[in-house]
Amino acid sequence: MISFIVKRILQSLLVMLAVALIAFALFQFVGDPINNMVGQDTSLLDREKLRQDLGLNDPIFIQFFRFVGNALRGEFGFSYVHRLPVSQLIGERFSATIELSFVSAVIALVVGVPMGIYTAINRRGLLSRSFMTLSLIGVSLPTFLIGILLILVFGVSFRWLPAFGRGEVVNIGWWSTGFLTASGLKALILPSITLALFQMTLIMRLVRAEMLEVMRADFIKFGRARGLNNRSLYFRHALKNTLIPVITITGLQLGSIIAFAIITESVFQWPGMGLLFIQAIGDADIPIMAAYLVLIALIFVLINLIVDILYVRIDPRLRTSTSGSGGQ
Amino acid sequence: MKKLTGKILLTAATILGASTALSAETFKFAFQGDAQGLDPHGLNETFTLGFLGNVYEGLSRYDGNQNLKPALAESWEVKTPTTWLVKLRQGVKFHNGNTFNADDVIFSWKRGLTEGSDQKVRASLIQDIKKIDDYTIELITPAPSPVLMQEMVFYYILDKEWAEANNATKAANVKNLNDAGYANLNANGTGPYKIASRQAGVKTVFVRNADYWGESNAKIDKIEFTPIKEAATRVAALISGQVDMVYPVPVQDWQKLGDSKGVSALTGPEARTIFLGMDQWRDELVNSNVKGKNPFKDIRVREAFARAINLDAIKKKIMRGSSTPSGLMVAPQINGYSAKLNNPYAYDPAKSKALLAEAGYPKGFELQMDCPNNRYVNDEKICQAVVGFMAKVGVKVNLLAQPKSKYFAKVATQNNNDTSFYLLGWTPGSIDSHNVYQNLLSCQNTEKKRGLFNYGRFCNSRVDEITGLIGSETDAAKRQALIDEGFSIVQKEVGYLPLHQQPLSWGVSDKVTVVQRADNVFDFRSIKFNQ
Repeated sequence: MISFIVKRILQSLLVMLAVALIAFALFQFVGDPINNMVGQDTSLLDREKLRQDLGLNDPIFIQFFRFVGNALRGEFGFSYVHRLPVSQLIGERFSATIELSFVSAVIALVVGVPMGIYTAINRRGLLSRSFMTLSLIGVSLPTFLIGILLILVFGVSFRWLPAFGRGEVVNIGWWSTGFLTASGLKALILPSITLALFQMTLIMRLVRAEMLEVMRADFIKFGRARGLNNRSLYFRHALKNTLIPVITITGLQLGSIIAFAIITESVFQWPGMGLLFIQAIGDADIPIMAAYLVLIALIFVLINLIVDILYVRIDPRLRTSTSGSGGQ
Repeated sequence: MKKLTGKILLTAATILGASTALSAETFKFAFQGDAQGLDPHGLNETFTLGFLGNVYEGLSRYDGNQNLKPALAESWEVKTPTTWLVKLRQGVKFHNGNTFNADDVIFSWKRGLTEGSDQKVRASLIQDIKKIDDYTIELITPAPSPVLMQEMVFYYILDKEWAEANNATKAANVKNLNDAGYANLNANGTGPYKIASRQAGVKTVFVRNADYWGESNAKIDKIEFTPIKEAATRVAALISGQVDMVYPVPVQDWQKLGDSKGVSALTGPEARTIFLGMDQWRDELVNSNVKGKNPFKDIRVREAFARAINLDAIKKKIMRGSSTPSGLMVAPQINGYSAKLNNPYAYDPAKSKALLAEAGYPKGFELQMDCPNNRYVNDEKICQAVVGFMAKVGVKVNLLAQPKSKYFAKVATQNNNDTSFYLLGWTPGSIDSHNVYQNLLSCQNTEKKRGLFNYGRFCNSRVDEITGLIGSETDAAKRQALIDEGFSIVQKEVGYLPLHQQPLSWGVSDKVTVVQRADNVFDFRSIKFNQ
């Protein structure tokens, strides 16, 4: 078990290094950060000196190794635009993204699972069909458009909910939370629904498909023959067997919720890491982009690692000598 | 149970009600980006300096009509062409309670020359400052500098003692911020507002400075600023009443603001001139099908381009009637502008074709155009329109529209001006024509720091000479004659193709009144809640 985890961690490190290297290769194409850092009257000499000082004239590999070296010491440099430590900027924004992602994941589960069960049980019902149609819209409409539509309806027309921002936040240590104020909770509603919609439809369709699959299984037929009532059949036997893959997928999707929060955050001006990243792209703010990409890679890698370890714990078949490839 | 729910709802309603009542005195506004730090010498950029101009002050300032007024200097007088006697204002306090005096001015001038400073250009307009007494100084300039006080508007004064106590005697340097980051995170000016709290890129809260020296015409106690990047969200935030003012508003959203209750668009001509430039120095254009020669070296081709572009159509179709077509490289607000010279090239596609044929391109030719797509009002759309106009006279323009970071990296002088045909906008920071001569019209000379933004390298020896002359000519009439002469040459030579002055575009709630300055700077003192 220990050797399996060590192996996994080493692989994870390799993945993160690869992400960082690809990121640095891509930074060559984001444009010149210097122009965003100085005013129009700044002389060419000063501009060139700044480039030199920031090491932007060095080859990609040198820049990459410098970044990795600093990152290992916990230093991510200074944002070119905000002129603040990148670790501080990301730290300030971290809680906003995590709260939004968490609420979205909860919404996706709490709404998606019952809808999936309902559509599986009442396959031909009118409501089921409309759920299925709606879910198609959820899957196919881009997040950007859904966000703007929600803002127009609930923010601008009815004025029930704020059109942007996070409302008032309360700081608990370094963590800022919007859960404790009325305006913070109101501000959460629209962006979390926007972010949850895709995952929700995904979970609903997954639960439905799994449920239909399980309902055809022999043990359900046997249960029915034993005279178990529908309620006990559906919820005690069928649903339990359905949830294993659902939990796995949801866990893995948590990473993508955090990563894809970028679009939702920029539509709602939600002050999270994704918004910071989008702004950094516009300004060619390389230190922020590099740190963000590596952090997201870390989150993905961690979640995968946890899922892999859980698999090994749950499934005895994976505890053999070939355990390295388990869970992929 | 029902009762309890009712109570909770009631409490929630009270909390919500209370929070709206409290915010009545707060003015909220949004811009598309944030100030890049609080150090007044950190970045010479309009929004950052305008934002800080509510907290810090320079020796002089602009009023709502862009007229020069004294600020921390009470008065000034030109003793010799290179010596200015400046009387400083007495009884001014910094936000921390320290008294403002001549030492602060001298300190701030020297600070602007330190390595991390982006205000070196303004700081080097002064060679030396002689302190005569605590409230009288003499500014010595290296050469006659008629617009010194215009330049000082955005050169802010810091408190010497405060900077020394907090290890901020050097401008914030992005290379080593541990060293001088304090002034980037904290502010201590003499202005009408103090910064109460700030989270970069998220929110900044200003409170009124009750001890402000000036007439207490700042009326709003608290101002909240949020950057909102997406234009659609910004406009929605205004219409929904969450903020009282936003800028910029896309020109195509004016209609929407007009149709919505309680908000309106506030528009006016900006001092920024948008123009097209042409490569006039290479022997062969980059990415063109004309080999062995550069068509733009022929004045007939340049004129053909000028005649092919329909400025009125751009105004009507793309700018929704809001731009001011221009024949000059400066806007009417700029010192040196001359109304009688402001004659755009007449739209005449037939003549354009004839000129091209005469120059040896009866079937036109092909070239590439560079254009930013997130820098100016409808920049990419303007370029697309130019592509269409040029196609009508047979010139095939391949448009390369990119985000500003990529665009500027490509066309910049550091990159050897890698462009044949490009769109650029320019507002002279000093509100004076000399800045336009210096940066755009004189021949490019990196050693003399001339023509650094003259990406097409238009070069005329007389214009070059005039640039030097108007930099030091102090007689207003003679100076204007020189400026006029230079502008006429540029027009006759078709050195540039001016398009228009773009509009300022703010969205304002009907609950408030604000003053829109032509340099797009937002002075908080102008805010009033309508009763």
